[in-house]
Amino acid sequence: MASKKKKEAIDEGKSMEIRVSLFPDEVLERVLGFVKSHKDRSSVSLVCKDWYTAERWSRTHVFIGNCYSVSPEIVARRFPNIRSVTLKGKPRFSDFNLVPPNWGADIHSWLVVFASAYPFLEELRLKRMTVTDESLDFLARSFTGFKALSLVSCDGFSTDGLASIASYCRNLTELDIQESGIDDLGGSWLSYFPESFTSLETLNFANLNSEVNFDALEKLVSRCKSLKVLKVNRSITLEQLRRLLMRAPQLVELGTGSFSQDHLLRADAELEAAFNNCKSLHTLSGLWEVSSMYLPALYPACTNLIFLNLSYATLQSTELAKLLPNCPLLRRLWVLDTVEDKGLEAVASNCHFLEELRVFPADPFDQEGIPEGGGTGVTEFGFVAVSKGCPNLRYVLYFCRQMTNVAVATVVRNCPNFTHFRLCIMNMCEPDHITKDPMDEAFGAVVKTCKKLRRLAVSGLLTDRTFEYIGTYAKNLETLSVAFAGRSDRGMQSVLEGCPKLRKLEIRDCPFGNSALLSGLDRYESMRSLWMSACKVTINGCRLLARRMPRLNVEVIKEDDNDDTQAEKVYVYRSVAGPRRDAPPFVITM
Amino acid sequence: MPSPLEHDYIGFSSSSSNFEEEVEVEDLKGTELRLGLPGSESPERKPVVGLSLGLPKSSVSGLKRGFADTVDGSGGWIFSGGSGGGMENGKGGPLVSQKEENGGGTSGQDSKGHVLSAKAQVVGWPPIRSYRKSMMPTNLDKNKDGIEDKQSFGCVFVKVSMDGAPYLRKVDLKTYDNYKELSSALEKMFSCFTIGQCTSQGVQGKDGLSQSCLADLLHGSEYVLTYEDKDRDWMLVGDVPWDMFTNSCRRLRIMKGSDAIGLAPRVKEKSKNRNDLANQMQKPV
Repeated sequence: MASKKKKEAIDEGKSMEIRVSLFPDEVLERVLGFVKSHKDRSSVSLVCKDWYTAERWSRTHVFIGNCYSVSPEIVARRFPNIRSVTLKGKPRFSDFNLVPPNWGADIHSWLVVFASAYPFLEELRLKRMTVTDESLDFLARSFTGFKALSLVSCDGFSTDGLASIASYCRNLTELDIQESGIDDLGGSWLSYFPESFTSLETLNFANLNSEVNFDALEKLVSRCKSLKVLKVNRSITLEQLRRLLMRAPQLVELGTGSFSQDHLLRADAELEAAFNNCKSLHTLSGLWEVSSMYLPALYPACTNLIFLNLSYATLQSTELAKLLPNCPLLRRLWVLDTVEDKGLEAVASNCHFLEELRVFPADPFDQEGIPEGGGTGVTEFGFVAVSKGCPNLRYVLYFCRQMTNVAVATVVRNCPNFTHFRLCIMNMCEPDHITKDPMDEAFGAVVKTCKKLRRLAVSGLLTDRTFEYIGTYAKNLETLSVAFAGRSDRGMQSVLEGCPKLRKLEIRDCPFGNSALLSGLDRYESMRSLWMSACKVTINGCRLLARRMPRLNVEVIKEDDNDDTQAEKVYVYRSVAGPRRDAPPFVITM
Repeated sequence: MPSPLEHDYIGFSSSSSNFEEEVEVEDLKGTELRLGLPGSESPERKPVVGLSLGLPKSSVSGLKRGFADTVDGSGGWIFSGGSGGGMENGKGGPLVSQKEENGGGTSGQDSKGHVLSAKAQVVGWPPIRSYRKSMMPTNLDKNKDGIEDKQSFGCVFVKVSMDGAPYLRKVDLKTYDNYKELSSALEKMFSCFTIGQCTSQGVQGKDGLSQSCLADLLHGSEYVLTYEDKDRDWMLVGDVPWDMFTNSCRRLRIMKGSDAIGLAPRVKEKSKNRNDLANQMQKPV
């Protein structure tokens, strides 16, 4: 058929088409096989029918950002040769308990379709999906060549499911269950890896609590010579870690266990020697119970560190100040606010190549009150200090209790290259703590200065002006998170009207109503999703939206029977799969 | 409820962002907790200040579920076990389940003396992922006190909170030898809060406890004593041997009986023991 077409093209004398379609399909597919980015692939598929066909046949990886935007059958029909699937499920606000349990995003129906369409499936990467033990067992048995399983922030399974994976996936290279809420029934799953099994390259079980059989783990690490990523859990002691490191000096990413020991190690030198061996490490995390006594043992391994995740280690500023000079190449740093402003000053002095900084709160809910030591986390001073010393910053996530407009303006003046700016002033609706003004000018400065901004999270006391700024200046913005902000529909409207690249908009507890919702009528089909909870949208408004835009799924989550007119939680997303067929009773599609 | 047209969204007038402003909220006026040390007369206090108050009812998901359910319309504390249903687990916004609720359930206390119930119970704020909360290191106090291992110094100080009480207490578990001693000590410590509701307007009875009133409150399923263990799970006090308990207990919480149903499954099975526990909490005659 293809060659006939080409003949016709030649006969019709269309020279441009001749040049293009003289490639046999196989060659076109081969060439297109090198195109990896899914955005580029989408573009490729739109060129012409031949290219659409070549693209779909040559594609091996599919990324689905919203599992309900398409059905597994549609995917299988279009792409016959998939080896790797990435799927994302629940809306991001489910991380903060805003989505009720049993909402959906269950992987099982996908697996059933894949088992017949893609028997050679090798990789499955899921985020915020529900995965049961039954599904894991089904997966392990259905795909003989299965290699990589990554479950980030998933739920619904237990360590029994892991045992199935360990037992049946003979070619497994990756098992990563980071941050998944899993039922931890014990550590015996690890022992299910057969003795003949040697292919593991990535193992991350840092979020499990129960003890695994250390002997089994040590043997596993010894025989998997290609192991590059190892992130163990808390139950692994310092001494055990040392032994693991001796077996796997080739590690590139390490998640230490608790990094503490009940009794003193016989020889600190041995520990240091073990770390000295690991010159290839570029990522380090874990360190839950780290004590300053053992921290120096790490220093030799930090020479080539690119990413240091200290967000579970309650380090003080002095400890951080001693550690950082050993990490000259650091580009990504995650810390707890126990390091305080002084610690951030140490970051500024030492981390000249820093691109990403995340500061997490050690005590976000004020349960400890104001600690006796007077420590109050980080403030605007630390933020400004870091911006002075780290001009390459492009990603920041900053939790604090106070901020000023001037400080934020200074930060972005020093670092105009932000692509991700997430500022969380934890006290709700907190104004500029010196002037008591709203924080509008802060975010105004951010969007005016950072032309490459793609992701923004706002907080503090904000009027509609913030959103007018965003709509006017943030022309590259793709993701916006808003909470407890704004004064009227005008706020949300400004964003929807002004940000052409907006893909994800998540809003909670803002006074935006139907008028705002409907102002985005012609935007939502070019967006992945919209979330609005505890706003002023009504059921009627949602119905109207659904009626006008039939290719959107407009879902209302109704948990209360009290008020029938208010739409408590609204989730709007484009879909070619039609309304959900698996919706629980509290999810109502308009 | 203040109309959202008059005030800005959070119920404050646009000229001021001072949180000390009085916020009239009908439902909550009568639920003012009385502050003050045991034995003193409670001072006149300002109405509840919480940022999520004053919002249109539909607008604050956490507030609607959390706060309103701990308080009945008449403004008194909920004494009966059937307080507002209380079982929010299915709705995803429970007060007490440690794994789910961001506030961890310690309501009603704050170093500034404001009632924090509303603040602590706004679901999902600050936006910290449940995973991160549950993985937080257990040595939060360690670096501040400089004490590596509290137990090696012969004392185990843990904080004790009581639902609805305006401030916490701290007890040294090592000073007690068994559960009975601990529970009677706690009873004494917290009786001022419960008694404050028993008598009117929060004035302390001069002769201390009103026997029948305290007994009414602590008997049966009104309050249960729970603790957070090393794994950050909330457990009922009394299940494990005393020594094991003092080694693993990180903090204590006197919880309303109705809320305790949301605790870890193991606790559910032990709920029949709650009566035994309540009996343990009886003041020795």
